[in-house]
Amino acid sequence: MAVVASREQALAVAAVPRVVPSHNGGGGHHDEPQRPAMNQLGLWLFFVSESFLFASLLVARFYLAGTSRGHVDQMLGLGITAVLLVSSLTAYLSEVSIAQGNRGAFLFYLLLTIVLGVAFAGGVAFEWSTAEFSRSEPYGTAFFTMTGLHASHVISGVAMLGLVYYLGLRGHFSAKDHWGVEAVVKYWHFVDVVWVFFYPALYLIGA
Amino acid sequence: MSETAVVQQPQGAMPAILPVVRGIIGAALGFALGAGATSLIRIATGHDAWDLELNFVLGYTLAAPGWLLGVGVWQFWGREWLGWKPQEPLLHGWQRYFTFCTDHKVIGVQYLVTFVVLFLLAGAFAMLIRLQLLSPENPVLADGTYNRVMSLHGIIMIAVAVASVVGGFGNYFVPLMIGARDVAFPRLNALTFWLIPPVAVLLLGAQAVGGWDSGWTAYPPLSVRNASGQIFFNMAIITFGLSSILSGLNFLTTVTYLRAPGMSWGKLPVFVWSVICASIIALTFTQFFAAAMLMVTLDRIAGFSFFSASDGGKPILYQHIFWFYSHPAVYIFALPGFGITLEIIAHFSRKPLFAYRWAVGGMLGIVAISGLVWAHHMFVSGMSPWMHGMFLVSTEIISIPTGLVFLSALGTIWMAKIWIRTPMLFALSVVFNFMIGGLTGIFLADVPTDVNLSDTYFVVAHFHYTIVGAEIFALFADIYYWFPKITGKMYDERLGQIHFWIMFIAFNMTFIPMFYPGLHGMNRRIATYTPDLQGINIFISSMAFILGASFLIFIWNMCYSLLRGPVAAADPWRARTLEWRVSSPPPVENFPALPVIHGNPYDYGVPNAPAYAIIAIAGASGEDDPAEGGN
Repeated sequence: MAVVASREQALAVAAVPRVVPSHNGGGGHHDEPQRPAMNQLGLWLFFVSESFLFASLLVARFYLAGTSRGHVDQMLGLGITAVLLVSSLTAYLSEVSIAQGNRGAFLFYLLLTIVLGVAFAGGVAFEWSTAEFSRSEPYGTAFFTMTGLHASHVISGVAMLGLVYYLGLRGHFSAKDHWGVEAVVKYWHFVDVVWVFFYPALYLIGA
Repeated sequence: MSETAVVQQPQGAMPAILPVVRGIIGAALGFALGAGATSLIRIATGHDAWDLELNFVLGYTLAAPGWLLGVGVWQFWGREWLGWKPQEPLLHGWQRYFTFCTDHKVIGVQYLVTFVVLFLLAGAFAMLIRLQLLSPENPVLADGTYNRVMSLHGIIMIAVAVASVVGGFGNYFVPLMIGARDVAFPRLNALTFWLIPPVAVLLLGAQAVGGWDSGWTAYPPLSVRNASGQIFFNMAIITFGLSSILSGLNFLTTVTYLRAPGMSWGKLPVFVWSVICASIIALTFTQFFAAAMLMVTLDRIAGFSFFSASDGGKPILYQHIFWFYSHPAVYIFALPGFGITLEIIAHFSRKPLFAYRWAVGGMLGIVAISGLVWAHHMFVSGMSPWMHGMFLVSTEIISIPTGLVFLSALGTIWMAKIWIRTPMLFALSVVFNFMIGGLTGIFLADVPTDVNLSDTYFVVAHFHYTIVGAEIFALFADIYYWFPKITGKMYDERLGQIHFWIMFIAFNMTFIPMFYPGLHGMNRRIATYTPDLQGINIFISSMAFILGASFLIFIWNMCYSLLRGPVAAADPWRARTLEWRVSSPPPVENFPALPVIHGNPYDYGVPNAPAYAIIAIAGASGEDDPAEGGN
């Protein structure tokens, strides 16, 4: 086998400037046909991974405290849950609006989502400040860790929604190209779904 | 963009050190911000300004993103978040190895060099441990120091086991082997590597604040009460876990969507399958280790009571969560080791891989069962007895899919005309070592024997057989196998074989005798032992020193060959898989045109087998298939 020759040939081939429309540099983030599908899968795999984190806390809650529950403000719990569920709806409407090219509605619903997200985080903070149990007892440990980790996801979601809002104001995103909006909205739904599991585990089960 | 030539000019004479300096500045700013804000809040609420652990954790929480942004995330990625145009990463010149480079081959080398260095460092700690165990009278280290050294050895080696093969060779060769130009998320890939330096700095820096003495497993209550080095360890694990999770996500997406035309799942090289399997585990279970570290951290710095039994916490919770990750994690170590072993055995046996589908099914079966066996680490923990039988059975069951992988290796060797070269020697030794690791594992899976053997050197010997004997030997098989492809130079075969035989014999002479003190009750993680075991410990230590010395030959061989070695052929092993169809080292973006896959990767000596791949542009060596005897 003409080893050296083939090496030089291959190097020569590599050195010839090429026109490869679907690939660029090593950045790999320009115009590949698989890009939308890869982004989707990547995002969903991230959710799968995060689910394991939240599941570990859900399991820990029952392992530590069984079904016993400290005193929580039921109306507040119901209220912030409703706020978060509605915020998923507004996030969805925001995404649909940009998909239809309606920038005004997109920004309006996005802002509404941010406001609802902040309201949810504020509700959690209020619950923390008025809690009648301490973090050094089993239920309190589970409660503060689960709501804390969830709220940190809500706050990071609000930050990303805020970034999308800023970009949207400056004319980014369109009916054809709004992956950034879609990704953040999906993340928002995911955080919402986590709460759908956490809420009954912390507020409803047991006595 | 895309119509311009791919070959870019290096962007001026950028000093290679600059990105790292920027990263350090970013980390310092982040730390100052986080720790400073914490101090202000503490002063405002009437506490002392400085609480080492609390300030450190909140400082680090901002220091890590600061490091990443400084080292290149901002320049090449983050600008995009504000709608600005990111810069294009440097793709040529030696400087790119010190920058936020998105080329998967550069990232592979970055991982590999980093982890080989860490491997040698942690190996040096093992030498220190064996020096101590020459005598039961603590000749070298004080008890506490011994435990810190042992802990540091443990966790660095675990990190090496997690990331050296997958991070190093996975990054370098998975895109090449599936016929892709890069991974699905190249910038995310670079980010996973640049998360590693903080991990190393934290683990070594922990020694400045007393280190930690709770081993790599960090069980509470000790890990809630020991020196502040523990908190550095916790942050290191959470950071490393993030890196591991994101790279798993990247591999899964890459293999799903970037396989070359014609590369069906059934034609994937078995190494790629093993990386898929390891990635599934890394993506999911790793979160549990992070969760466990979060809990320990909250107990330490914020007065939570996950593990404080006096406040109603449950220390065993930690063990469940920890092992729910850490048992599957051993398959993150082992599966890529199995993958590369099968790969090399097929190429050097010059035969089709025996029972390819069963081997792949076996690896997927291991993944499926890996999450159901964790509590066999806890038979003496005091957990509910009804779990014992369940976990005994599930642990025994996982040996069935493992056996399929094993049979595939044996069936490939069977009646083969084996071509003995250093990579093949290492690959064959994996089969031998793992057999011993597997057989001794039975005694640890069975409750009646495990109750007696738990926490003894029997366990130490067993897991060194599985992790070192299988994965680290496979890592070295890998290094020798792909050295010519990565460097374009050939290593010295004679020195390679000398290294193999010394390492193989010294390894077995170290760890076979180690079962004996284990059976006689010598406890692991303790700096001393009963005097009657000194003879065998002196023998073990002597062999361990020879094992350690064998790596000097390896280092010499690698360094000398890199600088002075003969130029390597594009395909020195006459192997069929895609990485050998391009030059050594491969060009940026790997292939002149995407290869089209026609045959199977291991059809050596199969009459009328089609060429594995055809690369369209003339001059690439795609058509001359070595298996068809055209050479």
